[in-house]
Amino acid sequence: MFAEVTVRSMFSRPCYLPLHVMCVFEVYISLSCAFCRHGKRVEKLKMLFGLAVNEAKLTSQRTRLKNQNGFHLCRLSREVYTFVSPSRMSGSLLNMFSKGTKRKFSDGGEEISEEGLVGARVASSYSLQRQSLLDMSLIKLQLCHMLVEPNLCRSVLIANTVRQIQEEMTHDGSWHMVTEAFCNAGQSPSERLVATEVLCRSREQDAEPKVFSVISYEGCREEEVVADETLCSVSVRDTVSNVYLAGRMGQCWEKNELSGIERDEEVLEDSRLGSGEDEEINTEDEASTEGPKTIGQVFGTFEIKNGSPGPDSALEELFSDVDTSYYDLDTMLTGMQSAPKMGPYDLLDSLGPSHGSPSIVSTPNCRSDLNELDHIMEIIVGS
Amino acid sequence: MGEDSESPKINHSFLRDYVTEADVISTVEFNQTGDLLATGDKGGRVVIFQRETESKGECEELGESGEYNVYSTFQSHEPDFDYLKSLEIEEKINKIRWLPHQNAAHFLLSTNDKTIKLWKVSERDKRPEGYNLKDEEGRIKDVSTVTSLRVPVLKPTDLMVEVRPRRIFANGHTYHVNSISVNSDGETYLSADDLRINMWHLDITDRSFNIVDIKPANMEDLTEVITAAEFHPHHCHLFVYSSSKGTLRLCDMRESALCDKHSKIFEEPEDPGNRSFFSEIISSVSDVKFSHSGRYLLTRDYLTVKVWDLNMEKGPVETYQVHEYLRSKLCSLYENDCIFDKFECVWNSNDSVIMTGAYNSFFRMFDRETGRGVTLEAWRESSKPRAVLRTRRVYSGGRRRRGDVGVDSLDFSKKILHMAWHPAENIIAIAATNNLYIFQDRVNAENQ
Repeated sequence: MFAEVTVRSMFSRPCYLPLHVMCVFEVYISLSCAFCRHGKRVEKLKMLFGLAVNEAKLTSQRTRLKNQNGFHLCRLSREVYTFVSPSRMSGSLLNMFSKGTKRKFSDGGEEISEEGLVGARVASSYSLQRQSLLDMSLIKLQLCHMLVEPNLCRSVLIANTVRQIQEEMTHDGSWHMVTEAFCNAGQSPSERLVATEVLCRSREQDAEPKVFSVISYEGCREEEVVADETLCSVSVRDTVSNVYLAGRMGQCWEKNELSGIERDEEVLEDSRLGSGEDEEINTEDEASTEGPKTIGQVFGTFEIKNGSPGPDSALEELFSDVDTSYYDLDTMLTGMQSAPKMGPYDLLDSLGPSHGSPSIVSTPNCRSDLNELDHIMEIIVGS
Repeated sequence: MGEDSESPKINHSFLRDYVTEADVISTVEFNQTGDLLATGDKGGRVVIFQRETESKGECEELGESGEYNVYSTFQSHEPDFDYLKSLEIEEKINKIRWLPHQNAAHFLLSTNDKTIKLWKVSERDKRPEGYNLKDEEGRIKDVSTVTSLRVPVLKPTDLMVEVRPRRIFANGHTYHVNSISVNSDGETYLSADDLRINMWHLDITDRSFNIVDIKPANMEDLTEVITAAEFHPHHCHLFVYSSSKGTLRLCDMRESALCDKHSKIFEEPEDPGNRSFFSEIISSVSDVKFSHSGRYLLTRDYLTVKVWDLNMEKGPVETYQVHEYLRSKLCSLYENDCIFDKFECVWNSNDSVIMTGAYNSFFRMFDRETGRGVTLEAWRESSKPRAVLRTRRVYSGGRRRRGDVGVDSLDFSKKILHMAWHPAENIIAIAATNNLYIFQDRVNAENQ
């Protein structure tokens, strides 16, 4: 009786993403045997992720299990886990997600302070909470009930919230900075968006809220990709520290946190981006006048905090016993549940008139796109 | 939690609570006279209560004060499966609406997510006796034993309530039906789902008329859904529907066959001071009701109830805060999905008082004349039968009185979503999870 753990990573090289991005490993644990005991599952997880904690309770929905790289494993729902980078574990996010696991924040808190994220622990900065809200909304969109058709009204409201946040980020200029930095300036627009297209299925050339067309009500995969796109775009913040600033001061999350936010945010961004160990991060406050950085530089500035031999090898090690070619979402989930996982609007859209965008609902498309994704990531990362 | 159970079933906590989950009341509705009260639950059952007429008369209080007792119970909808989409269709009764009383039988419409059914509720309390060819048990008599002829007579028997489906209006909706409303013409009714509104004739089940369609050509552009719809109580050509963006649209069916273009749109401009990421979500209208007079509209969004005058589109004429203390908690409410709860709202018989539900088994009533609101609780342990309800208060700053409940100790799982007000008297029916509370107003001073 053995629990086979299948891990499917959204990014093949997640370590190259900056820490303040939520690195998304969606770990689907499919039990090959129906009678696998709870204890065995825990053991397997411990073995896989090098857990030191022996009271890892899979019973609580928001368990935090740390692996050796300092990523926290958050359990989002039954059999769906997500790695969350420590910098993401801001107070607000923890408060939102944890019911009764607040005490564990002290673990995360230590980590954060080690990285010099003293400011992050304040956790009440507008942009941080905005980002947390965005992440939470994306998770809500993805996790839909499989048996019954999900509530369309709720999904629409969440999607609108996501759009609103992303529009605001665009206004802030953070979005543009992000997409510019993401690709070389020399590339033609179409090339520039190759990566994003594969990742995000966005066909528009500008990085305006149009990228939110991927918040489509089609296949689940697109919504996952939305997460990718959002996260990776937002993440590549270059070394400009002031991207969170700008016009949105008026719309503060909670009014009592408005005071002195500007200064704090700059400190916050600096410390977060660099993880405290990267001297390339400059702390200039003005808008960056530097040219866009190369992908390698951008990604290179963001290493995994622990200073392990290479983020690559650490993760390789992590997933060495895992079948990473298992990309097919449908097949994987079919092993888990009877109904194929569909996004909230996938089924609805299948009834509607077909429109221009190709919808990835069939298996081969899914797989090929994910392979393409992998390929693109390799190019970008220059491994 | 049920999540670590070893069985291969998918959602354990749901199964564990299955027994009680099906009993959760999902809709409450009085009929036009108030004698009958129907409730629908998540298990697809409908329970009809009937008011007992007080025959004792003088020894009781002045006026009718009958109790409601179970009249009939039937299974309205069964769990279904959509083979095309491989999804289950819940049997939860979303809405019940009574038809105007026309003959001895009562008719009601009940709907789940996809199918609307018309039920006939009829009584039988007499049966014919004295057949010539059949004996008492119904067996055919031997003709040779019949010596005389007699006319069968009707003899009273025990009351039997029969409920039979008369019409099934199926396959009219792609999305989840959230409202039904019977027209004042007595012949048609509308059913609204998230994106479309259909009009049906009560006698025709294989066809319906689509009168509103807000589905965009590209589903990716979808930003707004229909949340509730209702016909005008007097004008059979007018209906209103509310949206998730907080707008109300009044449509006149005489203008065009497809009422995508509204006749009037009621929208309140957003208050820039209160703007947050949740502004849109909390502005989503969960229920809309015409007043009995037909002049006003009552809407419920997450934090307020608003009264609109049909003649004034630019904003509501009255706004009442239901639970303003939740405004600072919107983030947590978003996280636990409570922000998406759909509360109903009701008028009283003469449109002077409005009522809506809240959390912690509280419900609120607002007197429109004085503008004051009161909080009451529907909770078994705090009220004995026939005890006077005492008002409650949620403490959110200021002087704290004894009995006040703190905002952080509110129980968000005890929500009052569904309720109904008697059409003529001050009797209210409150659904609190799987319990139904019926409160009556005793106006007489000696009963205090």
